[in-house]
Amino acid sequence: MSSLTKSIKSIKFGLLSPEEIRKMSVVNIVTADTYDEDGLPIDGGLMDRRLGVIDPGQKCQTCGNRVGQCPGHFGHIELARPVIHSGFAKNIFLILKSTCWNCGRILLTKEDYEKYSRLMKKYKERWPHLCYKITDKIIKKTKLQECPYCGRKQYKIKFEKPTTYYEEHPEGNIKLTPSEVRTRLEKIPDQDVELLGLDPNVARPEWMVLTVLPVPPSSVRPSITLESGVRSEDDLTHKLVDIIRINERLKENIDAGAPQLIIEDLWELLQYHVTTYFDNETSGIPPARHRSGRPLRTIAQRLKGKEGRFRSNLSGKRVDFSARTVISPDPYLSINEVGVPLDVAKILTIPERVTKLNIQEMKKLIENGPDIHPGANYIIRPDGRRIDLRFPKDRKAIAESLDIGYIVERHIRDGDIVLFNRQPSLHRMSIMAHKVRVLPYKTFRLNLCVCPPYNADFDGDEMNLHVPQSEEARAEALILMLVQEQILSPRYGGPIIGAIQDYISGAYLLTRKDTLLTREEVSQLLINSNYEGELPPPAIKEPEERWTGKQLVSLFLPKDFNFVGRANVCNKCDYCKKEDCPYDAYVIIRNGLLISGVLDKKIIGAGQPESVLHRLVKDYGTDVAKEFMDKAFRLFLTFIDGKGFTIGIDEEELPREAKDRIRVIIEEAEQKTMKLIQIYNDGLLERLPGRTLEETLETKIMQVLEEAREKAGEIASQYLSEKNSALIMARTGARGSLMNLAHIMACVGQQSIRGERIHRGYYNRSLPHFKPGDLGAKAHGFVYSSYKDRLNPIEFFFHSMGGREGLVDTAVRTSQSGYMQRRLINALQDLRAEYDGTVRTTNGLVVQFKYGEDGVDPAKSDHGKAVNIDKIIEKMMGA
Amino acid sequence: MSKFDIFKHELVPKAVVLSKEEVEELRRLYGIRKEQLPWIRRSDPMCRALGAKPGDVIKIIRKSPVAGEAIAYRYVVPW
Repeated sequence: MSSLTKSIKSIKFGLLSPEEIRKMSVVNIVTADTYDEDGLPIDGGLMDRRLGVIDPGQKCQTCGNRVGQCPGHFGHIELARPVIHSGFAKNIFLILKSTCWNCGRILLTKEDYEKYSRLMKKYKERWPHLCYKITDKIIKKTKLQECPYCGRKQYKIKFEKPTTYYEEHPEGNIKLTPSEVRTRLEKIPDQDVELLGLDPNVARPEWMVLTVLPVPPSSVRPSITLESGVRSEDDLTHKLVDIIRINERLKENIDAGAPQLIIEDLWELLQYHVTTYFDNETSGIPPARHRSGRPLRTIAQRLKGKEGRFRSNLSGKRVDFSARTVISPDPYLSINEVGVPLDVAKILTIPERVTKLNIQEMKKLIENGPDIHPGANYIIRPDGRRIDLRFPKDRKAIAESLDIGYIVERHIRDGDIVLFNRQPSLHRMSIMAHKVRVLPYKTFRLNLCVCPPYNADFDGDEMNLHVPQSEEARAEALILMLVQEQILSPRYGGPIIGAIQDYISGAYLLTRKDTLLTREEVSQLLINSNYEGELPPPAIKEPEERWTGKQLVSLFLPKDFNFVGRANVCNKCDYCKKEDCPYDAYVIIRNGLLISGVLDKKIIGAGQPESVLHRLVKDYGTDVAKEFMDKAFRLFLTFIDGKGFTIGIDEEELPREAKDRIRVIIEEAEQKTMKLIQIYNDGLLERLPGRTLEETLETKIMQVLEEAREKAGEIASQYLSEKNSALIMARTGARGSLMNLAHIMACVGQQSIRGERIHRGYYNRSLPHFKPGDLGAKAHGFVYSSYKDRLNPIEFFFHSMGGREGLVDTAVRTSQSGYMQRRLINALQDLRAEYDGTVRTTNGLVVQFKYGEDGVDPAKSDHGKAVNIDKIIEKMMGA
Repeated sequence: MSKFDIFKHELVPKAVVLSKEEVEELRRLYGIRKEQLPWIRRSDPMCRALGAKPGDVIKIIRKSPVAGEAIAYRYVVPW
């Protein structure tokens, strides 16, 4: 098969000349009918058998090949009168405008002509890409009233979209027929054609006016036979039928010497049909419709847009060896693994060549066949024959006949490398390589730590899985795309894979100072996290032995690991007490021992630069980081599982005293707004720079109310117990924020639309419940209640207004940023960083002289910096 | 007409026209033809200020937030 390979050096585009069209044609199509009464294709019709085969079993009349082999052959239609190719109408206009109607020369003075020819020659050698600039200039410059060569007076040409040209004579406008246009274009000498930006060898301007129309092979426009036996033709065939019918009528009328008027009408109709045959969305003319009223899908529509040939069939091919199903979480998988349902594993295969090392194993797989899991679906013999194992013949006999050099298409099994993907694939971590774990049930399973790179959750998300078929592909996937190789993201210069939600809460609860564990508890936790090794000596020996959570975490850290950092629970005090932090937020790891501090989002979370996870990957490699995530993270989950972690509504209840304080604060704020409105009404309000008086009032009111909400939230959080689960989650960064808590307990606060208070609705008021012109907080969307205290109907309405805006915004934003992403990717996809540090296009054009101006790979950097001097100093001094 | 020196503006990077030898050196350094450099038009204010002619190569030294100083080259084309 692969005997001769050639590389394409260049591609040149030109126009098809009438001779070329006739030369490549196998039949002149003259009949508008397709099939006769017996259902056989008519010779000289659109379904002529010489155009290629579409029905299986038939031989092509032209090349003798059968369905798969015959490429199809073009036919042609001899047009009775020429028509303008609508795609070139604009070019024709420009050429007509800048040439003499009589002799075809460019309307430039002889000096100018000389000058531009010289320039053109020079440019062709030195800057071939800039030749079009000269053409543009020439076309702009041709304003001569009289041809310098033949001395004829020139008339202005008018172009009417899509395909009509007029000449402006003093007596009035004269329409130029396509024949007239064509004769004018024919007159232009080759040297002038070149100056107009065309290569006369492959694109004479008169070829833009069609005299012969190519008819695509029948395989391009296959007819479909419906169940009822009725043939249904392709849209293109329909369009071609129209063209032929009008063409024949035009021919008859011309031959019969019909009046000019009738001929012109038919000619225009032919022009319309040809135009819509190329593009049925040409502006200025009604689209050609099917009998049912549906617009026809002609050539341009087949290619254009998202559903067109390019985006849908060439860039977006469907593939074999892939699977798609719902995903669900499984914390007992490694981050590198993906759980594949048994039913999927029995369909996806990997071709494995039989050697003397695996022949026994392969025989066993063949005996198992396609229905028992570690089995096989096909065998490919060295002569290329495929043996299907689905139909139960004697599989044992087949297995016995297996020999070295055969290829077995075996089921995927534990440890195979597959690619896992979730759309939208916005960055490279959207497709990662995983190792297969075949599991029961029907969903793909994945470790929770890989949710952030895929941006996945389990509310019904589906993901795709692809099985690489060659050794090279698998090796590449394993080395470059494996999940653990993607922990560090080029987006942050930090790990994108890490702890989320319960992992963080669990880590915090485990490493808190008050967590003391008995021998049984420790054993239970460690066995669950696959720990192998000695139990450390207990931190407390008397009266009973107790271990701290920090000790357990330390077991999974490298023995020479050092780290200092602040946890998310850090209060950001003015003076940091470091080790003596009252919140235990100062994390110190010395020689692999967690000495002080709790682990939370800032320390082990996903997407956190300068965290323990980040240092582990950078200093110890991805294997160590993966081990830590597979083992220590399971410790956190086991701990939080055993302990229990829950919230109920009554835990978000505030005591009467707190509620009173909040009410006072909000009442004060209301007083303040009233006062502001009073000042405004009295005309005493001071205008803020760059704002109108009304805007000033609005901002001031917004400020006051926002402040009130914040204060209310603060009060609420003071009354929360330290053990409150929601508070722990907010503080550690596991989920939710203090603001969410304040909304639940204290006060929801101001609802806004476009960053302003709610003004829309009725004239001068938002709802009929308020007086016109009421500027108060209540009338403009301030929600006094908290979620727990329930919103009153008016508040609820305002709240849903704000909520709706948020939803609409996200919908709009995703579509806009999606389009932006598409354009960026199309522009940048073929750029690459070369070994000399430059960024170049595929043809060697330099785009950046040093990648990112500093040559730093952000994935290998410390939060964007090439070297982290602080860390180096710390390492040198600390030792 | 009093001419405004664009290079005096803080946002305009420094630029010089390279000599033949420097261009040769640059070509060898990156192993490219001159046309493979990014292009700049002769009509660009910077080229006009430098008096660069088509075929010249100019060197632009700009301040960069990440690299301190970044150097770029431009191949001058007509227009």
